[in-house]
Amino acid sequence: MNVAEAMTTGPRWLTASGIRSIFRDRPMVPLLGLLAILVVVSEVIRPGPISLNWAGVMIRAAVPLAILAGCQTLTMLTAGIDLSVGAVASMSGFLVATLVGDLGLPMAIVIALVVSAVVGFVNGVGAGVFRVHPLIMTLGMSLVVLGLANVWQLLRVQTGSGVPIEFRQLGANIEFGFLPVSLLLFVPLALIIMYILNRTGFGRLLYAIGDNEVASRLSGAKSWQVLTVLYVISAVLAGIAGFLFSGLTNVASVTLANSALLPSVAAAVIGGTSIFGGRGNYSGTMIGALILTVISSILSSLGYPEAVRQILFGSLIVFVAAAYTRITGEAGT
Amino acid sequence: MNEGSNGYLLEATDVSKQYGAVVALRSASLQVRPGEVHALMGANGAGKSTLVKILTGGVRPDSGVIRVRGAERKVHSPAEARRGGLVSVYQEPALIPDLDIGSNLRLTKTPIEPFRHWIHALGMDDLDQTRMARDLPLASLRIIDLARALAIEPDVLMLDEITAALPADLTESVLEVVNGLRGGERSTVFISHRMTEIASVCDRATVLREGKTVGVVDVGDNRSADRIVELMLGEIADDVAEMAEHPASSHREESERPRLEMRNLAADARLRDVSLEVHPGEVVGVVALEGQGQDELFDILSGSERRAAGELLVNGQQVDFRHPADAIRKGIVFVPADRAEALLMQRPVRDNIALPFSAPLRRWGHIRARQERPKVDNAIDRLQIDIRAQREVRFLSGGNQQKVTIARWVATGLETMLCFDPTRGIDIRTKHQIYPLLRELAASGAAVLLYTSELSEIQLACDRAIVIFGGKVVAEIAASDADETTLLRAAHNLSSDAPLPEEVVAVSVSDDSGAGDGGTSRQ
Amino acid sequence: MTTTLDTPTKSTGSPGVTLSLLVRRNTWTLGLVGILALLLVITRMIQPNYGPAGIQGLAISVLPLALAAVAQTCAVLARGIDLSIGSMMALTSVVSATLMEERSEGFAVVVVIGVLVLGLALGAINGALIVFTRVPDIVVTLAMLFVWAGAALLVLNTPGGGSAAWLRRLTLGPVFIDWVPKAAVLLAVVVAVFWIPIRRSRLGLSLYAVGSDPLAAFRSGVSVTGTKIFSYVLAGLFSALGGLSLTATTGIGTPVPGPYTLMSVAAVVLGGVSLAGGTGGVLGPVIAVVILSLLRTDMTFLNVDTNLATVVQGLILVGVVMVGSLIQMRRRET
Repeated sequence: MNVAEAMTTGPRWLTASGIRSIFRDRPMVPLLGLLAILVVVSEVIRPGPISLNWAGVMIRAAVPLAILAGCQTLTMLTAGIDLSVGAVASMSGFLVATLVGDLGLPMAIVIALVVSAVVGFVNGVGAGVFRVHPLIMTLGMSLVVLGLANVWQLLRVQTGSGVPIEFRQLGANIEFGFLPVSLLLFVPLALIIMYILNRTGFGRLLYAIGDNEVASRLSGAKSWQVLTVLYVISAVLAGIAGFLFSGLTNVASVTLANSALLPSVAAAVIGGTSIFGGRGNYSGTMIGALILTVISSILSSLGYPEAVRQILFGSLIVFVAAAYTRITGEAGT
Repeated sequence: MNEGSNGYLLEATDVSKQYGAVVALRSASLQVRPGEVHALMGANGAGKSTLVKILTGGVRPDSGVIRVRGAERKVHSPAEARRGGLVSVYQEPALIPDLDIGSNLRLTKTPIEPFRHWIHALGMDDLDQTRMARDLPLASLRIIDLARALAIEPDVLMLDEITAALPADLTESVLEVVNGLRGGERSTVFISHRMTEIASVCDRATVLREGKTVGVVDVGDNRSADRIVELMLGEIADDVAEMAEHPASSHREESERPRLEMRNLAADARLRDVSLEVHPGEVVGVVALEGQGQDELFDILSGSERRAAGELLVNGQQVDFRHPADAIRKGIVFVPADRAEALLMQRPVRDNIALPFSAPLRRWGHIRARQERPKVDNAIDRLQIDIRAQREVRFLSGGNQQKVTIARWVATGLETMLCFDPTRGIDIRTKHQIYPLLRELAASGAAVLLYTSELSEIQLACDRAIVIFGGKVVAEIAASDADETTLLRAAHNLSSDAPLPEEVVAVSVSDDSGAGDGGTSRQ
Repeated sequence: MTTTLDTPTKSTGSPGVTLSLLVRRNTWTLGLVGILALLLVITRMIQPNYGPAGIQGLAISVLPLALAAVAQTCAVLARGIDLSIGSMMALTSVVSATLMEERSEGFAVVVVIGVLVLGLALGAINGALIVFTRVPDIVVTLAMLFVWAGAALLVLNTPGGGSAAWLRRLTLGPVFIDWVPKAAVLLAVVVAVFWIPIRRSRLGLSLYAVGSDPLAAFRSGVSVTGTKIFSYVLAGLFSALGGLSLTATTGIGTPVPGPYTLMSVAAVVLGGVSLAGGTGGVLGPVIAVVILSLLRTDMTFLNVDTNLATVVQGLILVGVVMVGSLIQMRRRET
């Protein structure tokens, strides 16, 4: 639609194609709209005035999810996915909890992140060099990580959770009634992610490979290199998210973050990241994480069991993916 | 609607098909009489295959009416087409590689006795049905596919380059069988590049050009080959003729060593033995019919595929490319024919142009916009790309898209440019922006190797033309002699085959001076 | 070269030719059988009194896994994949357990039939979503994995329910002689009844056709969409059989999916079925399942910690998939 057409037709957003183009070109608008609606619904269900405290609680819960969803956004840009983030996050939090007593916090953090990076490296090599589909590769690695974490648990007999106080403060505290402390960690992280995506050659290659791997190759890009680095980054981010999860719940367990896996994928998809690759951004993903957190909260206020959440999120993924497919006119094989 | 009102067995009218910005067929038509063998001809990309696919349910047309024996039929799938009596045999045999022949036959419910009869007629008596389709050579699969189609006795049988890549004895059998179908109740549509075959088995020929039907010729008199060639080429548009008055001038310095040198390059089945040199400052054109090895040649040169034999030298040094990045590092850049292969459709123009900047590992960090922007802007200007909207490249016209592909390399810097059919499916205006650009690039020191299916481009852009047929170089023609007729004949390897009408002087393969005067006079 | 044209389904001439053809076509599977034999010998060496009881235990644990592997094979043959198999098994398991609890034996027959129909329906939903939304099969079945798992939790949020006695008797214990477990026989019967007729039919050929070369299949007149949906319906059917086998062997229904999905993918790859579709059969994956289970058993005998065993299994799965992928890549290049 060029300028001339725009000036001679009515409010463009009212037409079917207008709505389509809003979804396509400015996906943040409908997302923020949806969030607003959900907030209203939540208010209706919960009696009492709108409180900033509630907002703080929501954001606090959404932050670690948003980090995991960032992993999905990054990998989905290349038409991949990372299903090991739940296991890696759990393992990372667990490692710190069990090591901090002996090695001190900084060392424990370093070890947790290094182990995460190794997992990511294996994922990257599998996906980039051996061309295993990332979904299968990361799914397999999640099993391996889970097993190894269990073994570790048996070797370290101590049952004390040992979640360091720093993590608890970072993950659970809310200042001024509505600002979660975890934002101190999250905001720089989010800025870094967005910087990578928008201002670096690496980010450009992510979009390129996801959009058209052949064209990227013809332009000299070696996708195995990009993918290997990508999955390392994803795993390290998951490791960091693990710190927040364990801090938030004050629990260190090897399955802590597994229930966040599905929502992380859902958040990325809802936020506009395309499963097929080449399209998406982190701001949408963050809103997606918020949306899902609010939906979860609504569901639990209404007394629905976890199972309903699963069904809902699963259906949401299919529905949203199908809708985006229609709108952007792409198709899978 | 009375049956066979015009006496045609098959009648297709007003068939159109568009793929995005590319128009494959524009109101094409075809009329086939009962009992005739009807040739369908046209240059690469003229729409022959698309038309056949539409007629046999492989592709849905945007418009068009198909009538069999006068009754209109909807042909929306191969199964439906088969029911309507329309069956085609494609170049890629429709046999399932992982099933044995017997299972393949069962899958298509092929009647056994007729199948056996035709296999026998085609000279393939030793068929072992327990063999996997994957293990049989292409030629055998083609024959089986053909026998399978014949066995169900379709009203109209369509053969798309059935004799391509067939050994001589099987070709003979096939032609005999096709000849034998003449005069019966059923008809055959025959697509081929080989004039001799067309002359020997066909009754009439419909010629397509740029998606339209431009004429129907009675095969049989000895002027028909020329008439067909004329129709395929069409009238040269005025502006093109104008440009022809300012032909390419060559700045080649004889003493310079070649930028790119190929010795006995071979790969796959189709590229047999190509030796070729490209010097800085010159634009060398490659001319070939579809599938003669030019795709493989360019893939090897650009680093996408590895060569099976022969040597490749860049600036005198032997190279072995394993990845396009290797070629790019040697200054060799590639503009593919299919823009879908070269472009990031969902990304804006600038990202597409700047893509090679970020490809190497050391450039993964912060994008140096200040360094990049002038190069990108310069390329956009130089190619006159229209980027009013900063939107996704897929919304640009085909011509602009192609310019983006070229702009990418202009911005990155190049020493050798490989262009594969860069002007396919592009409007005239853009074409005339691209030709001078290629000459400019050559003039500033680049070596350009250009494959084109638009024969008129050779004289407009190139210094000389290399003709490839059957995976080998069969002719080298200087630009001044490379008019379309000459090139087309050379591309069909006609000079050694067909008996030529008196007026046309043969273009001999080994004679460098060429003799392109006389013959069908072109203005 | 053997002589000419017999009817397509019969192979030519002498038995000798047929046998060598069989061997050539099935080298991978025969290799697996060899590995299995070797493994059995090793097991016997590690645990000298590994006998009928051991085989019993093996068969019972293999039964649901093998059915999952068959289900996955159906989807993969047509160039798809189904990640929701584990959840479909869980769902059908809890549905059957809930419905059979404290009801008559006769009613249990109805339940079995009903659950099989449920499996068909679940598969049909998967297939229809994949084909009509054009979203890749991996994404759809991943999402449906959670949907079906959630549904299972809604039916039963903890393991429970019951199983008809006759169903249990069908799977537990030996038949005829001590060494032959009922579970193994049941597996063979189920596969024979449900898979072999399909494999022989044109429908079965279409599965292979679509997996091998969708374009050629389309041009051969095969309905590609119909066949794809059919492949998922089959996956649903065998998942339901797997769920029923879970209820039968354990006596209760378990809503937690378990490792079946990933094991089924690994079994498929290990079993010689290409993830790109078009080649392989169900025998290979089934043998692969037995091999993996036996490996697990051996590790227990060697006193390897169960979690470490899980890790080893996970690593084997990942390794197998990577190697399988490599082989596929090589094959595509030739």
